[in-house]
Amino acid sequence: MKTVYVDNAATTAMCDEAVKAMVECMSSAYGNASSLHHIGQEAAEVLFAARQDVADCLNADVNEIYFTSGGTEADNWAIRNAARLGSRKNKNHIISTAFEHHAVLHTLKKLEKEGFEVTYLEVSEDGYVTPEQVRNAIKDETCLVTIMYANNEIGTIQPVKEIGQVCRDKGVLFHTDAVQAVGHVKIDVAEQNIDMLSLSGHKFHGPKGVGALYCKKGISLMGIMQGGAQEKNKRPGTENIPALAGMAAALKKACAELDKNSAYISSLRDKIIDGILPTVPRARLNGGRDARLPGNVSFCFEGIEGESLLLYLDLKGICGSSGSACTSGSLDPSHVLLALGLPHEIAHGSLRISLSEFNTEEEADYIIEELPKVVNRLRDMSPVWERIMKEESENGLQ
Amino acid sequence: MAYSKKVMDHFENPRNLGKMDDADGVGEVGNAKCGDIMKIYLKINDGIISDVKFNTFGCASAIATSSMATELIKGQKVEDALELSNKAVVEALDGLPPAKIHCSVLAEEAVKAAIADYYTKNGIELDPAIFGSCSGGCENCDHCG
Ligand SMILES: Cc1ncc(COP(=O)(O)O)c(C=O)c1O
Ligand SMILES: [Zn+2]
Repeated sequence: MKTVYVDNAATTAMCDEAVKAMVECMSSAYGNASSLHHIGQEAAEVLFAARQDVADCLNADVNEIYFTSGGTEADNWAIRNAARLGSRKNKNHIISTAFEHHAVLHTLKKLEKEGFEVTYLEVSEDGYVTPEQVRNAIKDETCLVTIMYANNEIGTIQPVKEIGQVCRDKGVLFHTDAVQAVGHVKIDVAEQNIDMLSLSGHKFHGPKGVGALYCKKGISLMGIMQGGAQEKNKRPGTENIPALAGMAAALKKACAELDKNSAYISSLRDKIIDGILPTVPRARLNGGRDARLPGNVSFCFEGIEGESLLLYLDLKGICGSSGSACTSGSLDPSHVLLALGLPHEIAHGSLRISLSEFNTEEEADYIIEELPKVVNRLRDMSPVWERIMKEESENGLQ
Repeated sequence: MAYSKKVMDHFENPRNLGKMDDADGVGEVGNAKCGDIMKIYLKINDGIISDVKFNTFGCASAIATSSMATELIKGQKVEDALELSNKAVVEALDGLPPAKIHCSVLAEEAVKAAIADYYTKNGIELDPAIFGSCSGGCENCDHCG
């Protein structure tokens, strides 16, 4: 059986360039970057070059990049830091959205317990927030606006530059969780008015367990641990040079090939969307089509449940993902789909297909061929679908 | 979280899948809000469950537990089928991940609801000790929230 891996928003396969960079570090540049001898200095050079590459991809300065263990740590760090700066000035209000990743949401929930007030902006039914919403929500006490660049489930891209401008005008810090966007859409932190940004290596064909926080010069950044002098004393501990080098190599490649990849991947995306929506009744695309990640396809199919859909697809070799309740261990389906205003019944039947440049036309065709069969199979055994069809025929008779 | 081979087998090849036009008892439990709904059809002859079919909206463990539950009660006396516990279904499937146990409760309840329907249709009083006050419709049921 062939494998069609279309869960690239969860994680990606590593590209050859990243693997090569990592292996080189492990076999030759194995030194500690803090050591003065030449083996240590070789590692220090790799570290510096990796930081420079990441900075270049964001149009940031090399001194504005702090390596972390991934997106989660970068999100926690940025938000905690802004909260700390805020509370020094008795500013304890934060603005975010209802459909952030849990790395952001759960950090905010924790801050609420500690006395912060958080405004969660409502998301439109096609998955966007507006700069006006942000402007209207900012108060004198607001110390941070944190809004994701692109949503991990439905792929919608927020008007980051305009939101950043509102924050600049009002003198409020702006952080964006760009984990799903970096390497996939053009990002320029200077031009887009971004103060802090989180990224993660494994979302663009780099390794897992490594990421970075961009923190604009002039913003005081607190250390998260005590220890050595690494990461300008802010994040001590001997650097994971192979991971950093792998991430930097992957990002460099992703950014160099961004236009080409984005055009190709979005053509696969549109092919799948246009191949499924007209042929499967009562299917919907979650999230608007215009400002959308090149690789994101997010469907809801009425009358079926996402986990069984996911697993039947897996039996055909197709690896996707679902925001259904039963995969998360709670009875509630994905908070992202609920934030769009979808009823529970429909949100349970979600499927996310997330593509990369490693996917082929043939794979897209295979999905378009097999997905409707699986949906039909599940609908044939669904009492919910039976009811929907009964109501439809009764309404039709009237 | 991984499913046992048995669960995957019943999920891939559900036993007794389908509907029944001339069922003697039909039970439907769960609601779409919480993500799992099971509907069980019973054919009953001389107090014995001679045939059973099911339809399920839900996750893989909901489908597998429906399938296994129908296997366990097929050919049984109605009174014996009433004793079916979700624990027995889970054991017959070689276990379920802890987060999925709630999905198996529905199978036990669906069987009970179908038998309750059969009893009601035949003028047999429902023993509250067995059937409790559950009407079968789970809209207001605690565990579905
Ligand atoms: C939007 C978003 N933020 C944060 C994360 C967390 O990143 P990491 O897995 O590197 O900690 C992810 C990935 O799971 C994500 O999609
Ligand atoms: Zn379930």
